[in-house]
Amino acid sequence: MVPLNWYIMLSAVMFSIGVFGFLARRNLIVMFISLELMLNSVNISLIAFSHYLQSMNGQILVFFVIVVAAAEAAIGLAILIAYYKNNPTIKVDEINLLKG
Amino acid sequence: MDAGITLMDVRAFVPELTLICAGLMVMLLDLVVKKKGILAAVGIAGTLASMYATYKLFGFIAPQNAFFGMFVLDGYSNFFKLIFYLNIILTMCISVKYLEIEKASFGEYYALLMFATSGMMIMASAADLIILYLGLELMALSTYILAGLMRKQPRSNEAALKYFFLGAFSSGFLLYGISLTYGMTGSTNLAEIAQAIHMTNIAGNPIMYLGLIFILVAFGFKIALAPFHMWAPDVYEGAPTSVTAFMSVGPKAAGFAVMGRVLFDAFGAMQVQWTTVLIPLALLTIAVGSITALSQTNIKRMLAYSSVAHAGYMLLGIITGTVDGLTSTVNYLMIYTFMNIGAFSIVIMLRREGFQGENIEDYMGLSKSHPLASALMLVFMFSLTGIPPTAGFMGKFYVIMETINAGYTYLAVIAVIFSAISAFFYLRIVVYMYMKDPKDEVVLSNSPSMTIALAVTGVMVLVLGIFPSFLLNLVRSSILG
Repeated sequence: MVPLNWYIMLSAVMFSIGVFGFLARRNLIVMFISLELMLNSVNISLIAFSHYLQSMNGQILVFFVIVVAAAEAAIGLAILIAYYKNNPTIKVDEINLLKG
Repeated sequence: MDAGITLMDVRAFVPELTLICAGLMVMLLDLVVKKKGILAAVGIAGTLASMYATYKLFGFIAPQNAFFGMFVLDGYSNFFKLIFYLNIILTMCISVKYLEIEKASFGEYYALLMFATSGMMIMASAADLIILYLGLELMALSTYILAGLMRKQPRSNEAALKYFFLGAFSSGFLLYGISLTYGMTGSTNLAEIAQAIHMTNIAGNPIMYLGLIFILVAFGFKIALAPFHMWAPDVYEGAPTSVTAFMSVGPKAAGFAVMGRVLFDAFGAMQVQWTTVLIPLALLTIAVGSITALSQTNIKRMLAYSSVAHAGYMLLGIITGTVDGLTSTVNYLMIYTFMNIGAFSIVIMLRREGFQGENIEDYMGLSKSHPLASALMLVFMFSLTGIPPTAGFMGKFYVIMETINAGYTYLAVIAVIFSAISAFFYLRIVVYMYMKDPKDEVVLSNSPSMTIALAVTGVMVLVLGIFPSFLLNLVRSSILG
């Protein structure tokens, strides 16, 4: 029996790696993967909590998160392709038409 | 708890269902209808039907929890739905001609506006973090596409890309906050969370605090609070102007709706904790919004920073932590809907075939050729600054009054100082319109639906400024009852 703490720690570490990857990497595809990593780390912690608390809510939310993540991936990649057609680059530093 | 979903539950959901069905119908009609203005008319009709359903339900069904306490239909959510209806109707009115000029006249546009609005309505009615998340994603995914609607234009592509990445990033934070809260309290229902915090006395627990901060960060992204506002200027500039008008009001109002609901209903016992987080955020938001707007030359960027600053003022009402404070925030949101969409309507009118009309210089001498449009822009700019007798003054007045009543006098002082600074960039437009000579001839692209939208926003800004108590009483009675 693996204690709850381990799962929560795993999820926190995964989430941090996702956040770090999103902020530090300069490639859109890698940033995309980091986003998915963040969502999946949340899924781990939700399932661990759900098992520990013996309540179904967490697992139900996980299903919704998976569905939404799929929709998000579809839309995100579509936006990425629409962008790539006009300016062929996936390096974040070169995306500077609008000055922030 | 009953065994199944009853007809009563479904009935509470009728407004959202109506709007989603109308959106699907618009998508189907798009295949056969060549004139896209008809789709806008169908969309407005669908929204009005949905509005009628909300109106009937409001008198008919008392505030209740449908779908096992996940979906709530009270005055608070109904008032926010009114804001969303007005937002989508006004946006549809101002977009028909504009999209033809931009050559982006797609039928999906109207359907996506309606899906985004139904997402906002679900957010306003959410009494459970699962529903809240789903509504938020329905809204966000639709607006990502809307921002990138002009797919031949690199600027629009880039806006959609930035909006998507930062939006998805923020929803990761929201989920992590939800999972921590769920783990600590054992529930995703807002009322049960409040109960669990009260019963187990974990208000001071650091993990609870962390979860709350993560949720606040996600909301901060949605309503563009500094320092999470970085996406706003770029997205507002790159997206089609009608979409900018839509998303400067809709997602912001929806963000405030869930923020008010979650903070007051679920984390009411942790008020000390969330005010400590929100006060610096509000000050930073007002300061960053007002100061960076000074140096903008593109009016869409300027209005983006202005909407960041306005989010800061609205946040003051939430910080007070009282029902009166919340009332003043909701009141401000309603006023902000009219004045912001009005200002964007004038920006849209300047856009014509082969002329961008987004630079502040383009407004030089507008009063000579178009006195009526300039007068309306003057009213909207005065209102955004907060000069009486416009509605914007009353909005700011009530928020600042409630801030003082709650004992945060220094917050009120700082807010007023930055409000005075913001007068510079709003009134600069007025100076350009009235006191400079025209550079070259400006032709406004007008249309009947645009005239209606401008008349409604202009009249409402003036009427609500002169008779403010009507709106305030409406807000108060809907929040309390």
